[in-house]
Amino acid sequence: MPNEILAPELKAKADKIVANYEERRAALLPVLHLIQDSYGFISEKAELEVAEYIGIPPVDIKEVITFYTLYHSKPCAKYEFNVCRTLSCSLAGQEKIIEFLENKLGIRVGEKSADGKFGLNEVECLGACEMAPMMQFEKEYVGNLTERKIDEILSKAA
Amino acid sequence: MEKLISQFFDIPDAHLLPVYLEHGGYEAAKFMFQNLKPQDVELEVKKSSLRGLGGAGFGSGMKWSFVPRNTGKPIYLTVNADEGEPGTFKDRFVITHAPHLLLEGILICAYAVGIHKVYIYIRGEYEIQFERLNQAIQEAIEKNYLGKNILASGFDLEVIVHKGAGAYICGEETALLESLEGKKGFPRLKPPFPAAVGLFGCPTVIHNVETLSYLPFILKRSGEWFAKLGSPNNGGLRLFSVSGHVANPGIYERPLGIPLKQLIEDAGGVRSGRRLKAVVPGGLSASVLTASEIDVKMDFDSLRAIGSMGGSAGVIIMDDTACMVKALYVTMRFFGHESCGQCSPCREGTGWVSRILKRMVDGHGRPSDIDNLLDIGSFMGGTTICALADGAQMPLLSYLKKFRSEFEYHIKEKKCDLEIQMTEVR
Repeated sequence: MPNEILAPELKAKADKIVANYEERRAALLPVLHLIQDSYGFISEKAELEVAEYIGIPPVDIKEVITFYTLYHSKPCAKYEFNVCRTLSCSLAGQEKIIEFLENKLGIRVGEKSADGKFGLNEVECLGACEMAPMMQFEKEYVGNLTERKIDEILSKAA
Repeated sequence: MEKLISQFFDIPDAHLLPVYLEHGGYEAAKFMFQNLKPQDVELEVKKSSLRGLGGAGFGSGMKWSFVPRNTGKPIYLTVNADEGEPGTFKDRFVITHAPHLLLEGILICAYAVGIHKVYIYIRGEYEIQFERLNQAIQEAIEKNYLGKNILASGFDLEVIVHKGAGAYICGEETALLESLEGKKGFPRLKPPFPAAVGLFGCPTVIHNVETLSYLPFILKRSGEWFAKLGSPNNGGLRLFSVSGHVANPGIYERPLGIPLKQLIEDAGGVRSGRRLKAVVPGGLSASVLTASEIDVKMDFDSLRAIGSMGGSAGVIIMDDTACMVKALYVTMRFFGHESCGQCSPCREGTGWVSRILKRMVDGHGRPSDIDNLLDIGSFMGGTTICALADGAQMPLLSYLKKFRSEFEYHIKEKKCDLEIQMTEVR
């Protein structure tokens, strides 16, 4: 079957990744990142194509995708708020941040807004305790969160 | 105050090669290629008493001596940049501000052990750091600090950055290898140890980012000098990540052996108007300390002697607004979430304990809860493939031992005895 996901240009990138490793399977995580960066998530079709590409059973791909928190089987919201909930952020009042966001966005943790624009998640320690309470938003770490800071971010989110 | 790694945190654009070179960058590597044999490097590192700063505190020089050199297989170095121990953020600083320092450290280790291929396993959330590392590697290759025939030495080295995908357990060295090989991060049984059988079945050295980053200083000034900066058998300085209820959270590069009391003062002390209550001294897996235990010296051996650990030097300060039941719940919830699930005592234990503590936090604690928690805790140590369960057990047992009255109050009164249960959002 012709590849839809691993179209020639993407496949060429994947081939370069595979060349970095002694064993083909070691390229799996980077190839999944490549696909997710390009398509926003890893579809069932992608799982099957990657399985064939790497040369392992599809269930092995499913194992990996469900094990790691950063791989998504469904499209994410346009803007995801990933708010840390571990100890230093908890001590700094992360629960109040979550409460504020839930009210502002009209969704609960783990949900996506109906228009697909906003998503709210609680995550474990992001390695930025010096700026607690903090979150990861669009790859950036945003810390010392206040209601005002969040309002600013929301107003810029088109 | 001596600043080794942390000097780069204050230099603008220190992540760029020209700036790094201006500040003595790659001088140690140059000196090494011109004057030292691999065995000389290993000897210097042994003399330095440099210990693993990711958390295990294992002697770095000793680790190298365990690697068999004549198996006919290539030897690999994997760099553990999967910084995930809550309370710890030092490696993020090193990679952001001094990626070339890390690369130089990698070069030194590789030369000493006979390694020509290195994988830096970096946690998936460190997106900016991932870019910085790749950028630095490109710069280094262009100027012949990496690649083939480095600095005309005849030594080749390839460094590849490999991004993780969100799993604390992949910071455990064998789970890291599994993940690098394209699988779930399920830790392996040890022995065999990675030094003998590691990545792709080959001898593998695994080092934390910070540990490697001290190597250039050790070669420049000597192992003996580095050892003296710290305390006996706990050589050098380390980057303490200080957070929680302190005035100035951040990274503090201090000698191994600095009294915890001094470290807290250096970080500005407890927030104004509040009283110190508890300290997590070495990342979330460490046994909690009370305010009366802060005379302890912050080195691996001294902390172990009082029943805690140096770990990753993730220091979390809690003042009198902290509810210890809540803090333990958040801690165990973390371990429950991150447990890979392989071993029953960990998978079931962390989950079960979290549910009991949640009930307690919500005011539905039962009289049998404390004994139950202790009982569950008792089978979470030394019974599993990796140390995550032990890392969950230590906080569990230490909180119950040192703050038992708070747990009893929660159960009896069905609420917290603190007026303020959480700090206010600024």
